[in-house]
Amino acid sequence: MIAALAFYMFAGLAIFAGLMVVVSRNPVHSVLFLILAFFNAAGLFVLLGAEFLAMILIIVYVGAVAVLFLFVVMMLDIDFSELRQGFQQYLPLGGLVGMIVLGELLLVLASGLGRPEMVRIPGSGAVRIAQDVENTAAMGQVLFTDYIYLFQAAGMILLVSMIGAIVLAHRTRPGVKKQIIADQVARTPAESIELIKVETGKGVKM
Amino acid sequence: MDNAVFQWLFAWLPELLQSLVWIVILIMAILLPLLLAVAFLVYFDRKIWAAMQLRRGPNVVGPFGLLQSFADGLKLLFKETLVPAGANKGIFFIAPVVTFSLALIAWAVIPWGEGIVLANLNVGILYIFAISSLGVYGILMAGWASNSRYAFLGALRSAAQMVSYEVSIGFVLVAVLVWVGSLNLSEVVLAQSGGVGSWFVFSHFPLFMIFLISAMAETNRPPFDLPEAEAELVAGYQVEYSSMAFGLFWLGEYTNILLMCAMTSILFFGGWQAPFAFLDFIPGPLWLMIKMAFFFFIFAWVKATVPRYRYDQLMRLGWKVFLPISLFAVVAYGGAALALGRV
Repeated sequence: MIAALAFYMFAGLAIFAGLMVVVSRNPVHSVLFLILAFFNAAGLFVLLGAEFLAMILIIVYVGAVAVLFLFVVMMLDIDFSELRQGFQQYLPLGGLVGMIVLGELLLVLASGLGRPEMVRIPGSGAVRIAQDVENTAAMGQVLFTDYIYLFQAAGMILLVSMIGAIVLAHRTRPGVKKQIIADQVARTPAESIELIKVETGKGVKM
Repeated sequence: MDNAVFQWLFAWLPELLQSLVWIVILIMAILLPLLLAVAFLVYFDRKIWAAMQLRRGPNVVGPFGLLQSFADGLKLLFKETLVPAGANKGIFFIAPVVTFSLALIAWAVIPWGEGIVLANLNVGILYIFAISSLGVYGILMAGWASNSRYAFLGALRSAAQMVSYEVSIGFVLVAVLVWVGSLNLSEVVLAQSGGVGSWFVFSHFPLFMIFLISAMAETNRPPFDLPEAEAELVAGYQVEYSSMAFGLFWLGEYTNILLMCAMTSILFFGGWQAPFAFLDFIPGPLWLMIKMAFFFFIFAWVKATVPRYRYDQLMRLGWKVFLPISLFAVVAYGGAALALGRV
């Protein structure tokens, strides 16, 4: 019974938070509700017995990605009334996209692809998971044996996009003074400090 | 729930409520000593700090000033709660609550002895890592909702700092858990049984150093307390907070520091286990507390002796020094574990 209560709490809060992401007037509130939605999704994963996925969802999405979202949204100088002007204009198109996604999800569910034993990628063998293995280990076995090439490909795509972002954002600025830590550390008292006896009223020539 | 006293007291309740009451009792058994310990640790911290600066430190309230923290807490409780005119009220008050509750819930998976753990999660390490990576939200929300430039700058610095140091903490954790072969914190401790010699601090010394320093940065502890840098930012994200809202930040910060001390003890110093076999008569929870107190002393020692980092140097240390070393360590220790047949 506790599991059922927890499910309705997480599911209800996730839907509520998802709705608030869209209707919040303030973008920062939207991002915070998005984080709440992630949290509830993680809760649902825990109920499904996929605790590894739940923790990774929180670490990666809530702990890193959403922080950067929030970071950027907080720093933007946004005129809230201007932001809401296009709402009615974009509503039909946005609604259409939403309906298509919903239709696809329903299609997947109706065709039985949502059932766990059906989860496999065409061309590779069906997934073998022993029942007594904890799901972190099971996940590792599946990822690094059956789907190792896809896993590596995903990694390569991320690497390429990271390098792409750096190339786009990087610019060389000439004439900037930079501290070279190695030089600084290599300095010794003998070459950088000099003790001078100052005679009264004379001053020192450097 | 098999406890005789508990059965005698609550046998009349239905089964479901009994288990709920039992969990609440267990939570209280962790939280009350924890908060009491935090109060005395603040005193301990101030005394160490004072001793290193040849001062006396708090010595007026109670014998040896022991009640100083309680006096401070009481004072904060009775202060007026101020809200800045331009503040975003809801988020302004949620922020300290988030900080404080996140600092507390992480303790659920800390093992105090063999089998003495509230939630023996299979993904204990990931849970701790997830919770500590959320700590940044309290600070970001506080900084933004205060609608003050100092607070906002402090929050931005803090977000960047915590995200950077989390990466190296994550790699250290990966290296340790590959070595142990489990994400369960109790397993990590049991993998170090057999006295001082098998503690990971010796076999994983570079990782231990990186973890300790990153833990200081992650908890915004001096010398990495750039988010509050009182000389430049007044007090960073805490500027606009007063009364108990400030108190919650303060409690949350110390609880987090204590959590990091506990994590260091569990990952590298054998957790609840005694260093030598003849000391086994001292119970496990006490050993963990002794080790935590030792690491808290190191935290206080560093705070008292090392000047604050400059912001660019802080970032450099995180990304250009710790990240490559810890990334290499994952490969090296992973390879060693494979060569020794541990995985």
